[in-house]
Amino acid sequence: MLAALGMGSAEELFSHLPADVKLGRPLNIPAGQSEYEIIEYFDKLAAENANGYASFLGAGVYRHFRPVVIDPLATRGEFLTAYTPYQAEISQGVLTTIFEFQTMIAQLTGMDVANASMYDGSTAVPEAGMMAVRITRRDKLLVAKTLHPEYREVLATYGRHQTLPVDTVEYDPESGQLDLEDLEAKLDDETAAVIVQSPNFFGVIDKTREAAEIAHRHGALLVLIFTEAASLGLLEPTYEADIVAGEMQSFAHPPSYGGPFVGVLATKEKNIRQMPGRLVGETLDEEGNRAFCLTLSTREQHIRRAKATSNICTNQALIALMATIYMSVFGKQGLRELAEQNLSKAHYLAEQIGTNGGRLAFNAPFFNEFVVRTNGAGAAAVNRHALDDKIIGGLELGRFYPELEDALLVCATEVNKRDEMDRYATKFSG
Amino acid sequence: MIRKVRSHQTQNENLLFERSSPGKKGYQLPPLDVPGVDPAAALGATNVRREITDFPEVSEVEIIRHFTRLSTWNYAIDLGMYPLGSCTMKYNPRLNEHVARIAGLAQAHPYQPEELAQGAMRVQVQLEQYLAEITGMDGVTLQPAAGAHGEQTGILLIRAYLESQGDARKKVLIPDSAHGTNPATAAIAGYEVEEIASNSEGMIDLEALERAVDDSVAALMVTNPNTVGIFERDIAKAAQILHAKGAQLYMDGANMNALVGIARPGDFGVDVMHLNLHKTFSTPHGGGGPGAGPVAVKSHLVPHLPIPRITESGGRLSYQYDLPQSIGRVRAFYGNFGVLLRALAYILAHGGDGLRNATIDAVMNANYIRKGIEDRYELPYKAPSMHECVFSDHKQTKAGVKTGDIAKRLIDYGFHPYTVSFPMIVHGALMIEPTETESKQELDLFIDALRSIADEVENDPELVKTAPHSTRTKRVNETLAARRPILRWQPPAEEKQAAD
Repeated sequence: MLAALGMGSAEELFSHLPADVKLGRPLNIPAGQSEYEIIEYFDKLAAENANGYASFLGAGVYRHFRPVVIDPLATRGEFLTAYTPYQAEISQGVLTTIFEFQTMIAQLTGMDVANASMYDGSTAVPEAGMMAVRITRRDKLLVAKTLHPEYREVLATYGRHQTLPVDTVEYDPESGQLDLEDLEAKLDDETAAVIVQSPNFFGVIDKTREAAEIAHRHGALLVLIFTEAASLGLLEPTYEADIVAGEMQSFAHPPSYGGPFVGVLATKEKNIRQMPGRLVGETLDEEGNRAFCLTLSTREQHIRRAKATSNICTNQALIALMATIYMSVFGKQGLRELAEQNLSKAHYLAEQIGTNGGRLAFNAPFFNEFVVRTNGAGAAAVNRHALDDKIIGGLELGRFYPELEDALLVCATEVNKRDEMDRYATKFSG
Repeated sequence: MIRKVRSHQTQNENLLFERSSPGKKGYQLPPLDVPGVDPAAALGATNVRREITDFPEVSEVEIIRHFTRLSTWNYAIDLGMYPLGSCTMKYNPRLNEHVARIAGLAQAHPYQPEELAQGAMRVQVQLEQYLAEITGMDGVTLQPAAGAHGEQTGILLIRAYLESQGDARKKVLIPDSAHGTNPATAAIAGYEVEEIASNSEGMIDLEALERAVDDSVAALMVTNPNTVGIFERDIAKAAQILHAKGAQLYMDGANMNALVGIARPGDFGVDVMHLNLHKTFSTPHGGGGPGAGPVAVKSHLVPHLPIPRITESGGRLSYQYDLPQSIGRVRAFYGNFGVLLRALAYILAHGGDGLRNATIDAVMNANYIRKGIEDRYELPYKAPSMHECVFSDHKQTKAGVKTGDIAKRLIDYGFHPYTVSFPMIVHGALMIEPTETESKQELDLFIDALRSIADEVENDPELVKTAPHSTRTKRVNETLAARRPILRWQPPAEEKQAAD
């Protein structure tokens, strides 16, 4: 091939590069390894992580059983090794699955439309906030203190550089829900949106309908965030919300140390043109057959450039596909049964911890995680005892909420067995 | 003549919702081993939904058939060459998929104690180190979820650095050849965008740059090689112009597949850049993601990198959160860890020499295609090509055929089209990036296809303008989709009435 190019050596391909920009030495990276060696290397690293532990961690990343059919289907080369479906005629497979994903997210959230996915739940928050700013032409955000603390940090990073002030709404120390009086007091006619998570970071079902009523009365939108998709199978959607955004990891992907996950953003029909991200729409081909294609792209960066609704280009199509397969496996009944199992397991665990001296921090209803005070035993000490018994306990909340220094955020899902819950509960007896 | 493909049957398939019937199920759950809780009692009746209206109910075999059938309607790298310019559609080794699914890595929870996450942390440290070596930079963050997210992180880093110097400044300069994400990113990071016209060779115009840079300019965002596939010969001089006025040089690393092992941005004046691991480092594109967009920086920007950072002491890794100069978080947790694993596997499999050889092959393949079709298609910029070559449809428009038509006709020849109508500085662009993956056989078929299409344009332009002819879905009416958006399935009207 070099001969066809009239070249004597590969170096000539780069002869037009100025000499002083060339590296002129080999990269300081060891020689290539075989598959066997690489698998051995990663197996060894995996062995340095927790293996064979029971776990009660949730806090935005949930352990759920993934049906076996997901990976063989999602890793078919036609899905795995395609790109964004720009050429609709040879991309109907991925376009159709995205259309199904959009539909199922709309059905689950009670919204009219959903987009093709966001990077994850945390980045969906500022995107939803900026969308609210565009819709209301106001430029302040109010965010519940019970929104996932790392999501709030991401929102702060985005907000800081866009002159988008973000204020925090306190929670009621008894219920763990939004402090509605504080919300009312902090809302003003510059507030674009109130951002509330439910179930919130404490696992508590929050007062989303009341928050929507108050927000709307002040001309602001309600942005509802969720981190635990499994709750959608059981909880009544907040139809009063204007934007629903969140994290679908529960239905799609193992914890994978925090990513890749898949965010969603859904809204009312009237807000479609202010949505960020890709959208797939139904249309016809020349022969009149149903077909799908990317649509409303005039909102997007490759057309609008600096005036786009977002700079997002890539979405999380493959993880969204996994979620679509998961949701079709469980279906209408299965998502309900799954949610009920989660509810039952978490309530059983809360009860066992209660009989061992732990105390629920909040009195509002919870789904599959809850905050428990360790009553003097100390959060770190409880978890240390648990580790000795090969149990990873709940999240020590002091790192995010100093006032909850002695508390743990504990999660139980359908994968937690009664026996391990009983064992963990005993660690609270001090 | 079409040599690469012939038709085979594809199965028709309805949407899941249309396959659904009440009572079908594809799931299994173990029996509940604790007392069942009544949802209405635990949550309050008004908090419990009656059902998920219209949600599908299907069996396992129907699910298998549904998604398998849909998959056959897709083109993919696993089927053949996918020369989408600027997207680096290279082979995705299945080894990557294997390592990402090793239980101790895939099941790791981001909040598990650090002493039980040393392996996951080591992956990050190792990858950061390799990416720093490849880019010639001093520090790397792996947190950004995608290329555009990396750009945003990079511009925020520049803003934080300039603020620490006393003035965040107002403007970001962007060449007219840039990806759309660049101006969108600058706007999201709170900067005004000023476009710089390219010179007659498709490169940065140093004189125009000199005129544009003053103390209101925060940075220049440049892609190198640029979107015409040309190495910016004066990149080091551009860096000097910027640095003399206190501005920063940002490099969009979308085209890094042309440089790995050959030249390092850190050696030619770049202050901050992002990488697309789904492009250069072969983690799959997955139909549009997930990607990962690590950002590499020079030492003066390191204090501003997102939290947390990993530090090592006595062989033990730990996260550091208390970094007051950090821009903060750009994503929850530690980025798209599963994608990072795949990129590390790719680097280990290639080694330093293998990475360099891949670059050589990628550049050779692009030049081979250029040579193979340059007598039939207009080449607007004659400077040597790197990993991609950009032609225009100038010769074909005389017969009324545009780049989009040629792209659709390529589908009939068994190829995914090139990138159409980008970059914008080339009117009617055909942007072709073969990557190192393709063999001479596949490249020759591609060259033959484009030459044959050039003949068809002269002899039978209608054949090209009405393509594709061999796909199960014919040309899709995008105008209709946008005019009357249908973004979700709804039950047919009569069914809805019956249900009411």
